[in-house]
Amino acid sequence: MSSILLLGANSDVAVAVGVKYASKGYDIVLAGRRPDELETLKSDLEIRFGIMARVMLFDAENTSGHADFCNQLNPFPEKTFCVFGYLGNQNKAESDWDEANHIIQVNFTGALSIVSRIANRYELQKEGTIIGISSVAGERGRQSNYFYGSAKAGFTTYLSGLRNRLANSGVHVLTVKPGFIDTKMIHGVSTPKILTASPKQVAEAIFRADRKKKNVLYVLSSWRIIMIVIKLIPESIFKKLKL
Amino acid sequence: MKDQIANWGNYPIAQSTIFSFDSTRSLCDRLNENRYLIARGNGRCYGDSALARNIASTLKYNRFIAFDKDNGTLTCQAGVLLSEIIDVIMPKGWFLPVTPGTKFITIGGAVACDVHGKNHHKEGSFSRHVVEISVVCSDGQHRVCSRSENADLFEATCGGMGLTGIIMDVKFNLKKVESSYILQKKVKAKNLDEIMDLFSQHESITYSMAWIDCLMGGKNFGRSIMMAGEHARLDQLSIREKGHPLNPKQKQKITVPFNVPSFVLNKLTVKAFNAVYYNKTRSKNSESIISYDQFFYPLDSIYHWNRMYGSRGFLQYQFVLPLESSYKGLVDILGRIRTKGLGSFLAVLKLFGEQNDLLSFPMRGYTLALDFPISKGVFEFLDELDKVVLHYGGRIYLTKDARMKKEIFWNSYPHLKRFQEIARKYNPENHFSSLQSERLQVL
Repeated sequence: MSSILLLGANSDVAVAVGVKYASKGYDIVLAGRRPDELETLKSDLEIRFGIMARVMLFDAENTSGHADFCNQLNPFPEKTFCVFGYLGNQNKAESDWDEANHIIQVNFTGALSIVSRIANRYELQKEGTIIGISSVAGERGRQSNYFYGSAKAGFTTYLSGLRNRLANSGVHVLTVKPGFIDTKMIHGVSTPKILTASPKQVAEAIFRADRKKKNVLYVLSSWRIIMIVIKLIPESIFKKLKL
Repeated sequence: MKDQIANWGNYPIAQSTIFSFDSTRSLCDRLNENRYLIARGNGRCYGDSALARNIASTLKYNRFIAFDKDNGTLTCQAGVLLSEIIDVIMPKGWFLPVTPGTKFITIGGAVACDVHGKNHHKEGSFSRHVVEISVVCSDGQHRVCSRSENADLFEATCGGMGLTGIIMDVKFNLKKVESSYILQKKVKAKNLDEIMDLFSQHESITYSMAWIDCLMGGKNFGRSIMMAGEHARLDQLSIREKGHPLNPKQKQKITVPFNVPSFVLNKLTVKAFNAVYYNKTRSKNSESIISYDQFFYPLDSIYHWNRMYGSRGFLQYQFVLPLESSYKGLVDILGRIRTKGLGSFLAVLKLFGEQNDLLSFPMRGYTLALDFPISKGVFEFLDELDKVVLHYGGRIYLTKDARMKKEIFWNSYPHLKRFQEIARKYNPENHFSSLQSERLQVL
């Protein structure tokens, strides 16, 4: 039976992806910082879809525990979905290094630490799929969220390098840039409707992109155009914009 | 931010602040800031039972927790829909112990309204099959209750219209079935005497109800078609049906895409509809094997059938009369409806079994459910009917109600004092209340 590992399974996108893959018969490994909160998701997926689900403790920041975590993955899932992230508080991060560091540790260091270990395993067995959630925020630094953006930029670059390295080993790497998602992360902040995808939309898009072995996925195509435009603005003008 | 919320009857429309929760913790976070709060599932009650200034939507609290496939018990969160439950349990040979005429209600709503179905005379209402529930009360405590633990809370929450707290998890017993098909028997009755005879003759059949034509007078007064059914056994199925006895395909759904202008639905069209419906059944007696969907949920195949009644909405009126006074009362009430000519697109008649719970609707006797599009004179007319129902010792179903006066309510539910006592113990400061409970002064 095929299975998928969800790293950061408490998030709305992870739940939607879990539902999508479970509905296609995949067993699911739910890994997150608060495993007790994953128990009802486990029972729900098992009862609705007749698959097996397993709950594991996973903390992105605790990189020294990542090797152990991988050893406990038995059987080793064919697909890994790295969805955890920490948006953080940009203003706070500017004056408080702990906050800035926290953003970097989760989105960059933690992500690379776990994905690298899994990638090596996939390379050995010559198959596997890594799906990483990065962000359009990583495409150009903006004053409103450049700590988060730069960490995600690093993760995007890492994933593209990893894809390049593993291309000949039969391991596929998919980078997802969702844009705005209607989730807990931006709860309370209203975002433009046409730029905001539902978790279910994201999950459907990911499943299709995975099946077609796409490399980079913008969930809403409007974002691809927006980012092209944003990247075309000369820096001398861009630096004066309030973005 | 306030939203305009209405339930299935599109009347009344409330200005409410609505929030959803997906865990006990996220509910309790919102509990203190929200008084005058009521839980709302899929909004399929007809009137104002699930309307309040503040609404806690249970739709995101919707996970399955445990399914014992061998013994047939299911535990799930309040926001799970009956339709989702059927999809899960039917392939394993189980069905809902009791189901109302739509499967698009939540399990929390089924308990809060203590819903009944076509098998009430044999198997009671939904709460009879509930093993255990958990409720978040106004003090923020998450209490487990059953017939042996916190029994008063259990008793008042089943059928308690959400007034004791927010129903969280529900554990209930399922019904073993061999197939997803129903062996249905249709019998025509020329008038009220005949249909009431048919009900008593068919008391041993698990499911029964009748469509009744309220507009005919004279010797055809109360002409009806009775539908009785049993879950089909494997040996009753055709070869084709035996191939997938427990895996019925979902039929194509039709949607009423917009509110139909109200002139479409007048006395003439209703009469025509009833005539076509009655004559569609050719012979006096017919037997057939049909899917559970067709038998239990004929209206679910038309999404948003409530829009047939236009944007003004409609009232559903369901009452029950004690068995002794049922015949006299039905003659009286059906006569008034016919004379008034305010029409009724659907009229459903059913014989209930015994039940005597705190706030649950059913009692031994006949129940009739009718729709009234909102139009001039309807409210006054229903007030008049209320008095007639009360006169015959009957009562009105809260889940359908949007307009009953509190005097009628207080004079027709005999265990109200006891209910109030328990509800006040767990919900001391009207933390939980609905527009309906305020109108009827339940608390």
